[in-house]
Amino acid sequence: MQDRAAVRFERVTLSYGARAIWSDLSLDIAPGTFVAILGPNGSGKTSLLRAILGLVAPSSGRIEVQGRAPRRGDPGIGYVPQHSSFDAELPFRGRDLVRLGIDGHRWGVAWPDRAANASVDRALAQVEAQAYADAPIGRLSGGEQQRLRIAQALVGNPGILLCDEPLANLDLRYQRTITDLIAGWRDRSAGTVLFVTHDVNPVLHVVDQVLFVVNGRWAAGTPDEVLRSERMSDLYGSHVDVVRVHGRILVVGESTESGFNIEEPHHPPSVVVDHGDEH
Amino acid sequence: MDQLLALLPYEFVQNAIAAGFVIAIVSGVVSGFVVARNMSFAVHALAELGFTGSAGFLLLHLSPVLGLLFGSAVTAVFIGTLGVRERGRDVVVGVVMAFGLGLGVLFITLYKGYANQAFAILFGTITGVSRGDVLLLTAIGAVTLIALAAIYRPLVFATVDPEVAEARGVPVGALAVVFLLIMAAAVAEAIQVVGVLLILTLLITPGAAAERVTPRPGLAIVYSVAIALLCTLGGILLSLTTNAPVSVFVTSLSFACYLLARFAIGPRRRELRAQPVRAEPSSAVAPKVPKAG
Repeated sequence: MQDRAAVRFERVTLSYGARAIWSDLSLDIAPGTFVAILGPNGSGKTSLLRAILGLVAPSSGRIEVQGRAPRRGDPGIGYVPQHSSFDAELPFRGRDLVRLGIDGHRWGVAWPDRAANASVDRALAQVEAQAYADAPIGRLSGGEQQRLRIAQALVGNPGILLCDEPLANLDLRYQRTITDLIAGWRDRSAGTVLFVTHDVNPVLHVVDQVLFVVNGRWAAGTPDEVLRSERMSDLYGSHVDVVRVHGRILVVGESTESGFNIEEPHHPPSVVVDHGDEH
Repeated sequence: MDQLLALLPYEFVQNAIAAGFVIAIVSGVVSGFVVARNMSFAVHALAELGFTGSAGFLLLHLSPVLGLLFGSAVTAVFIGTLGVRERGRDVVVGVVMAFGLGLGVLFITLYKGYANQAFAILFGTITGVSRGDVLLLTAIGAVTLIALAAIYRPLVFATVDPEVAEARGVPVGALAVVFLLIMAAAVAEAIQVVGVLLILTLLITPGAAAERVTPRPGLAIVYSVAIALLCTLGGILLSLTTNAPVSVFVTSLSFACYLLARFAIGPRRRELRAQPVRAEPSSAVAPKVPKAG
């Protein structure tokens, strides 16, 4: 098992209509790796996760997930989607959300099941969400809902955890908590984490590898290898400085019409990666 | 009370109560999903185009109940295939509804029978159902509940958490269409009691009241069914003793249930609040817990 990649990309190109989102991606992700997937908005980070989930097919190349072609409903993958809130009056508890992770995809009615309840309790304990597991889910804070989503993704004991911007809308302290929960799971279970984020700093202390995607091009390696001025300038096709300040990494581009901020018209063009000051 | 007991031997009273029982169960179960999926507008469209179907069938001297079912099912397929995505759905519903209702007006104008047939479809006619209608309504109700039970878990998943449901292999789009057909059947049932114009009193209010008193999904359905039964059977009995139309009482009772649930019972349920104490450990490392499974 150890020599087999958790996720393998072989010259993969993914297109949306006629436009290639990213092209010719080749990458092996070893089991137990924490990978941060970085890049500006619209660079296809979510599409990458959807391809691994088998929800979109690459236009060329091959993806392997734990040795097999991606397939919808793969029980070996846990998925924490991009933040969407629950209706405040929804008659639904965190406990019920986690239970869906066990057998929500099966036909028929869910009957009380002692084994399933025990698994749900363990998953809730793993993310320390027992205190509010019985409250209506729509009344919980964003961070509490995020913990429950992680419990739901982990309850089926996946080998791979896909997280799409799990830190968005969370304050700094909760960003740290959620990051450590996920890293803790990785350490205990030797699972693989693919973590989409627009800011690498909250996860920098746990990340093994980064995959940076810009305008269809990509760069992969350790943070120190990839997050360097030369690499980033190559990737963006214009002059970019990578600056380290107080243990944080800032990727700063010149604010000419060099094109790399086309994907992010609402963000100041000088700050590409770090949005830590927004919180 | 004596008055009620004196009415029980009449066949039309027995038919009304039997039909009301079946209809209330179906409405109660379906209304929870209608509320959670935010589909009140679609319910209204299914009902109004059920009216068109019913008027069309009357014109052809066919069963108006089957016409209702036909009209709302055709609408369900239209809405389902043209606008499953939430964003465009209401627009498609509006477009289809306006055209269909125009057809309904034409059918009623062409229909030379009793005008009160049309009136009955619009405002409910439960005390007029025949024994054959009761059997038909029971059959439709049974099929609807069986279909809903078969897709219950993935439908909940797709309703509450569509992104993860899709990733787990739940056919989210197909379920949306199947649920619209289930709604169509529930609409055809509920129209028998309260009519087209007041359909939401049975297909929204019970679910909306139930979610105000419990956070448990299974219990919410039980409460919703109980409320629908109370309103329907209570409405029928009150109507029989007073001669005022059934829908007057059903709508009043269901509104009272909603107010009670929202302002009297709900605010007192502790389990409906998010727990006030939320101690967050500062060094938030998960405790050593044996791996699940």
